[in-house]
Amino acid sequence: MNILQPIGRVFLGFLRTTGRLSLFTGGVFAHAVRPPFYPRIILRQMIDIGYFSLPVVGLTAIFAGMVLALQSYTGFARFSAEGAIANVVVISITRELGPVLAGLMVAGRIGASLAAEIGTMRVTEQIDALTTLSTNPMKYLVAPRLIAGLVMFPCLVLIADVIGVFGGYLVAVYKLGFNPSIYLQNTYDFLQAEDVNSGLVKAAVFGGIVTLMGCYHGYHSQGGAQGVGRATTNAVVSASILILCFDYILTALFFTQ
Amino acid sequence: MADDTPKIRMRDLHKSFGTKQVLRGLDLDVGVGESVVVIGGSGTGKSVMLKCVLGLMRPEQGSVEIDGQEVLTMAADEREEVNRHMGMLFQGGALFDSLPVWENVAFGLLAQKRVGRPEAKEIAVSKLAQVGLGPEVGDLFPAELSGGMQKRVGLARAIAADPDIIFFDEPTTGLDPIMADVINDLIVKTTREVGASALSITHDMASARKIANRIAMLYEGRIIWQGPVADIDHAGNEYVDQFIHGRAEGPIKMAVRA
Ligand SMILES: Nc1ncnc2c1ncn2[C@@H]1O[C@H](COP(=O)(O)OP(=O)(O)O)[C@@H](O)[C@H]1O
Ligand SMILES: [Mg+2]
Repeated sequence: MNILQPIGRVFLGFLRTTGRLSLFTGGVFAHAVRPPFYPRIILRQMIDIGYFSLPVVGLTAIFAGMVLALQSYTGFARFSAEGAIANVVVISITRELGPVLAGLMVAGRIGASLAAEIGTMRVTEQIDALTTLSTNPMKYLVAPRLIAGLVMFPCLVLIADVIGVFGGYLVAVYKLGFNPSIYLQNTYDFLQAEDVNSGLVKAAVFGGIVTLMGCYHGYHSQGGAQGVGRATTNAVVSASILILCFDYILTALFFTQ
Repeated sequence: MADDTPKIRMRDLHKSFGTKQVLRGLDLDVGVGESVVVIGGSGTGKSVMLKCVLGLMRPEQGSVEIDGQEVLTMAADEREEVNRHMGMLFQGGALFDSLPVWENVAFGLLAQKRVGRPEAKEIAVSKLAQVGLGPEVGDLFPAELSGGMQKRVGLARAIAADPDIIFFDEPTTGLDPIMADVINDLIVKTTREVGASALSITHDMASARKIANRIAMLYEGRIIWQGPVADIDHAGNEYVDQFIHGRAEGPIKMAVRA
């Protein structure tokens, strides 16, 4: 008996959270497509989410590409298959590492800051103040951030793809002694539109996940500074886990017939 | 509409959080052009009452009428329209810290697209002047202001759209006595200037005496006494007596476990 009680409680909690989250998500999308729109805020969020994430995403991507080239060289040399390095690098980066690493890095950066910002607005009654000034907080605060996330994540990932492939190229050419033009030719020949496209779709989904998690946890935070801290942690953890889950689901949808 | 329709009419409001009953059948009217102050100890549900009127919280039971119209069952856009005629000064100011002061003040006007940005700034500057702040304050950010200045900016924001009803949540809490009196004077002056009805909550008796036409006392989720300011000192109610004299001894027992 006693063992069932906590399990039931956790299960009910899970259902409640899922329900609230679905309502929240549905509400945001409904608000995002109906006026009034806030172009100034959308633009500012795009700069925040996109432009200011470039350094961290770029660094992650270049090291991922370099490590990938190095690792696959040590592995493939055993089978004298070094020629496949360009292939491995470009496929792994565009399909997987670009979107997932960029998603996780930006989840830490943006998910946390959204949750902290909106959470602080909640506990200092700024969200209530919006309502009294005939402004819908879902429209004014959440929808622009979601739109910015959906648009900017694919852009970031496209840049990460290029930088990642370039990282692999650097290691292959300057450390492993590959011929530059053959390496680039290999990269180009193996690459298919589907690889990049699937990565960009993943990126858009991850952008939605990160912004929604940040906003949701901030929006529902309560209990002062401590509550905001908890919201921040929950936003990053839940966004990261959801990114990994959805990565699997999307991969399964795209690449298994 | 009959002339005696109150501006705000609350009936039998009930609101609880979990097992904690905060409002337990609250009745209160605010007449047109009247300034009603609700007094009561901390945590008695004064802010909760205001939030129920503003539509920020939904009471489990009861009715709130504004100009004779039931607002609790309204559709969201109708409710938004009603809120356009209200202004609220929050307990902590609740200024938007990502926006400069003038945009805070003009926020409601800009949100309703009543005016363009240049004109909104002019109106903001004139509202700031009404609360005794110079135009240079308009370009500062809320974090750069002292507590008293934040309260003034909050007040300017509350009156910016010329509301019919203004709500004040503990306008003088956390201010020194002189600044508190300045704010009281401003509240009296600005509500009169825009010709609004006012519903304020406070536990500061000096402030209540100054801004109220009528005082009501909230205790255990109900209004236990109300009457003109002049009557407060001989209310004949031991709860009111204890509260206005701030005595620890009396019928009001401070809940030691909240
Ligand atoms: N959002 C909320 N969730 C849970 N409890 C709340 C909430 N808001 C207010 N309360 C509780 O309601 C009671 C009254 O709060 P409030 O109206 O803020 O008091 P005050 O009269 O000091 O303004 C307090 O005990 C508080 O804990
Ligand atoms: Mg309060």
